[in-house]
Amino acid sequence: MKDYEVVIGLEVHVELATKTKIFCGCSTEFGGAPNSHTCPVCTGMPGSLPVLNKKVVEYAAAVGLATNCTITQDCKFDRKNYFYPDNPQNYQISQLYLPICRNGHVDVKLADGTEKTIRIHEIHMEEDAGKLIHDEWEGVSYVDYNRSGVPLIEIVSEPDMRSAEEVIAYLTKLRTTIQYLGASDCKLQEGSMRADVNLSVRERGSSEFGTRTETKNLNSFAAIERAIKAETARQIDLIEAGEKVVQETRRWNDDKEYSYAMRSKEDAQDYRYFPDPDLVPIHISDEYLAELKAKQPEFKDEKKARYMEEFELPEYDAEILTDSKKFTEIFEEATAICNQPKKVSNWIMGETMRLMKEESAKTGREFRAEELTFSPASLAKIITLVEKKEINNAAAKEIFEHVFAENVDVDAYVEEHGLKQVNDEGALRATVEKVIADNPQSVADYKGGKKQAIGYLVGQTMKAMQGKANPGMVNALLQELLK
Amino acid sequence: MANVISDETIEYVGILAKLELSDEEKEAAKKDMASMLDYIDKLGELDTTGVEPMSHVFPVNNVMREDVVTNGDGSEATLANAPECNESGFIVPKTVES
Repeated sequence: MKDYEVVIGLEVHVELATKTKIFCGCSTEFGGAPNSHTCPVCTGMPGSLPVLNKKVVEYAAAVGLATNCTITQDCKFDRKNYFYPDNPQNYQISQLYLPICRNGHVDVKLADGTEKTIRIHEIHMEEDAGKLIHDEWEGVSYVDYNRSGVPLIEIVSEPDMRSAEEVIAYLTKLRTTIQYLGASDCKLQEGSMRADVNLSVRERGSSEFGTRTETKNLNSFAAIERAIKAETARQIDLIEAGEKVVQETRRWNDDKEYSYAMRSKEDAQDYRYFPDPDLVPIHISDEYLAELKAKQPEFKDEKKARYMEEFELPEYDAEILTDSKKFTEIFEEATAICNQPKKVSNWIMGETMRLMKEESAKTGREFRAEELTFSPASLAKIITLVEKKEINNAAAKEIFEHVFAENVDVDAYVEEHGLKQVNDEGALRATVEKVIADNPQSVADYKGGKKQAIGYLVGQTMKAMQGKANPGMVNALLQELLK
Repeated sequence: MANVISDETIEYVGILAKLELSDEEKEAAKKDMASMLDYIDKLGELDTTGVEPMSHVFPVNNVMREDVVTNGDGSEATLANAPECNESGFIVPKTVES
């Protein structure tokens, strides 16, 4: 077999986090009753007039700036004409001729440490379609137009990726960047971020592209990786067998790990784009652009470097924390209060992530950092109490579990459950003496050289004091009294 | 007429517009389309060198709205237009992606 190289470009759709649809004042909230978030505009009634949502332009341009694009300061909307029941206007309002962002790029880091630049051809604004639910039993489909008119941006890359790893790195970078901007929550599973994979293969070293296919319906990074591997193998098999790859759209079935061609030849792909006469052009002034630039947040890479420099966090910590904007918010807020960056980091990477995992296992779906609701101030308080030796670590963990789950007030919880640590040497000494008297066997073991026997005695003391004893002091007292 | 519309073209346009035309209708449509194209060709007689393509006649831009929800539950009014519907939405012949 010849040596093949895979060439991949992505079309990524991202649902913007606006409160209303792109051209009308209908809510974008998820989960409403079918067709409850609809009006004459988003259902394409004759005579209705779309009016552009300002926030859509702001988010789209902000994503463009964050991905090093040139902003098209004079842009407009076009109509893409096609018939399908999920598209009530019989056209989708999109941008073909003058997309809002062009010629950008993002840099990604690969596992072997190399950096790679993935170019972005363009980013355009458009509206989402309605949702079709198929009823196999009745042989009909139901249409819900709640998603119709929800704002999307489509980010079109150049065919710069050469492996599934590069694709995932690119998508991760896009996702983090967009999440940092607050422009979308980018959930693949729920469809607020969707990636279509354009893929072709060619003999390594060739400067010409092979015929490409487009694979849709990829709902997770794992599915994307599997689909890329399967489609690469399918195309190589065709070429090796002397057959031709057909340019087509394929739908991935992740359960069967197989894709099939979606559209037949009878469906002419002729969208007859033309400028939308209902929507006047958009002019993005220099002042507005400058304002948007000034509003760009500190992104992951800069933040990570700053965490290592300013807070002296290890790279490992800084990498994990900056993966999620939510983690960075918790980290920064808690650190500002307790001034213990490494401790805060440990609590996020340790207990917080442990509880998130537990929650995921319980519910069977991933608990995401964005869903965290505990107060960073409460975490700071717990850290401070441990630092001041007012509670011990075991108590701290117990309190945090309740902060994590129900945001309990830390002081009130400590009070209510009597978790204040006993640092009173007199009280501790009395208990330790009693434990020594009650456990002659362990004492003998310890004195006979089995130093680990002290652990049992510490445990007994903690138990006698309902877990509230200062473990360090208990240890020291035992060692002293057993001399 | 300078423009001639072929059978393939009228067939293709019919598919795109989801229209089924009888043979007589096809002939009539071919004539109409050809004369429309002739009419549009007149524009070609103008010298438009250096003229920016225009998409809108009025010199207006940036007509936008704030991102504020103004519409309530519209399901009743929307579904009033449905030839057939139930609580799950509009009912349409099954669309199959295969």
